[in-house]
Amino acid sequence: MKRIYMDNNATTAVRPEVLEAMLPFFCEQFGNPSSVHWAGRAVAGAVEKAREQVARLINCSPAEIVFVSCGSKGDDFAIKGTADALRDKGNHIITTAVEHPAVLNTCKFLEKQGFEVTYLAVDCDGMLDLAALEAAIRPQTILISAMWANNETGTLFPIEEVGAIARKHRVRFHTDAVQALGKVPVDVQKANVDLLVVSGHKLGAPKGVGALFIRKGTKLTPLIHGGHQERNRRAGTHNVPAIVGLGLACELAGQELALKMEKVRRLRDRLEQGIFARIPEVKLNGHPTVRLPNTLNVSFAWIEGESLLLNLDLKGIAASSGSACTSGSLEPSHVMGAMCVEITLAHSSTRFSLGPDNTEEEVDYVLEILPPIVQRLRDMSPLYQRHLTCEECSIVKRI
Amino acid sequence: MYTDKVMDHFSNPRNVGEIENADGVGEVGNASCGDIMKIFLKVDDGVITDIKFKTFGCGAAIATSSMVTEMALGKTVDEALQLTNAAVAEALDGLPAQKMHCSNLAADALHEAIKNYREKQK
Ligand SMILES: Cc1ncc(COP(=O)(O)O)c(C=O)c1O
Ligand code: FES
Repeated sequence: MKRIYMDNNATTAVRPEVLEAMLPFFCEQFGNPSSVHWAGRAVAGAVEKAREQVARLINCSPAEIVFVSCGSKGDDFAIKGTADALRDKGNHIITTAVEHPAVLNTCKFLEKQGFEVTYLAVDCDGMLDLAALEAAIRPQTILISAMWANNETGTLFPIEEVGAIARKHRVRFHTDAVQALGKVPVDVQKANVDLLVVSGHKLGAPKGVGALFIRKGTKLTPLIHGGHQERNRRAGTHNVPAIVGLGLACELAGQELALKMEKVRRLRDRLEQGIFARIPEVKLNGHPTVRLPNTLNVSFAWIEGESLLLNLDLKGIAASSGSACTSGSLEPSHVMGAMCVEITLAHSSTRFSLGPDNTEEEVDYVLEILPPIVQRLRDMSPLYQRHLTCEECSIVKRI
Repeated sequence: MYTDKVMDHFSNPRNVGEIENADGVGEVGNASCGDIMKIFLKVDDGVITDIKFKTFGCGAAIATSSMVTEMALGKTVDEALQLTNAAVAEALDGLPAQKMHCSNLAADALHEAIKNYREKQK
C-alpha cells in the first residue's frame, strides 16, 4: 500500500544528513560537554557549534540560546520563568485563545497561582486584533505571549506588529515559533521578540530537543535547579546528539527555506484547489492567505473527522483532525471554537500539513481517494440527510 | 487502537440507511461530543424485521451503530430492550476506554426507537 505522510505539523522524520551528523555522538564522542578532559572538550565544541547554527536561523547571538528538552519545555520555561522573575512588577499575562496547550495550560496553571490571564479572541480567520491586544495591556502586564504560526490552521499572527506594541509599552514578548521555523523567515530582531521557542522534531531534528531564545538582559528564573549547565539557566547534562541534530536541522532549514517552501506551497495549493473543485460544502479553516505555506485545514460538512481520518489511513494517508473524537476529550479543538466554527464543522476539521518530501503524484492520489470517502460518510450521516430535505438548516447558512 | 471487529464494522457497516414509513424512529445525540445517531425500525408481530441506521461520529460510533443493528435484527422488541451498551462493546471485542460513551449512543438510539414504536402503537 502507498504511504503518504501529510502530518508534518505533528512531527517530521529526522533528515538523513541530520541523523548522520548525530551518530558519532553516541559511542565515539560520548563525553559530557561539562568535563574538562579530552572526551568532554571535543563534545563541548559540537554543542557550541549547534548553538551558533540555531542562533543564525533566528538572527540572535549564540549566548542568547538555551537548549531545552522540547518545545513544551521552552514555553513552560519562558512563561513560568517570567512570572516568577517579574512577580514584583505585576501579575497580568496576555495570551491568545488559540495557543498550543504548552502555552495555554501553563497560563491556566499560573491563574491558579494568583496570576491574571487575558486570552485574546481571534476573528473567524483565526487572526489577532492588534487594537484589542493594545487595549488589554495594563500597568501590571508582565508578558505578552502570542504564537508565530498556529499549528492547526497555519494562520500567521502579525508578529512584527505585536512586537512593536510590546516594545512601545515595555512589556516582555514571548512567541512560540515551533511551527514557523523552517516554514517562514523568523527574525527575532525585526519582530522585537524577547523569548522565542524552537522545537527540533518539527524541522527534521529528533523529538525531545528544543531551544529557547532569551534576549540578553531578560531576567528569567530557572525552573530546573541543578548543575551549572547553560550558564545556570537550565540544569541537566546536555543531550548532545539531539542538540547536534537540532543545530544542523536549523542550518539546513535556513539554507533551503525559500526553495523548499515554494515547492510545498505549490503542492498545498494544488491540494486545496483540488478539494474545493471536487467536493461541495467544504469550509477552509484559518486565514485564506496569511498562512503557513504547508498547512491546509478544511471541514467537510456533515461528517466527523476521526471517521474520515480512519478511512484515509486505510488508504495509507496520514493527516489529523480537530475532532473531539480523536483527542480523548469531549470537546473539539479549542482553535476551531475560538474561530467561531460551528460545532459539527469543528468536529469535521481535517488538517493536511505537507512537507518538502511530498510529491504532485501524492497530492493527486489524495484528491482521487478523498471525494468517495467523503460521499460515503455523508450518505451515512443523519445531518446530511436532514440537509437534503431541509433548505433552512442553520448549519448550511453558517458555512 | 481499535479491534479488528470494530474496523470490520467501520469499514463495512451493516444496515446503513433509512426505512420509509418506519414503525419506530429513535435519535440520540451527545451534544458535547457532537455525535448523532438515528435508528429506524420495522416491526412485525413484535419482532424487529428490518433496522437501519445513520450516524455522525467517530469510528467507534459507526461500528457500534452497525453492531447494534445486527444484534437487534430478528429479536422481539422486548429482547432488544435488554441489549446493553456493554453488550454492544463486548460484541466488538471491546472499545478504547475514552470511546465508551459512543457505545452508550448505539443502545440508547435503539431503545429510543423502540419507545417511539410503542408510543405509536397506543
Ligand atoms: C505550536 C506548538 N507549540 C509547542 C509544541 C510542543 O513542542 P514539543 O512537542 O517539542 O513539546 C508544538 C508541537 O506539538 C506546537 O505545534
Ligand atoms: S463519536 Fe466522538 S468519540 Fe465517538
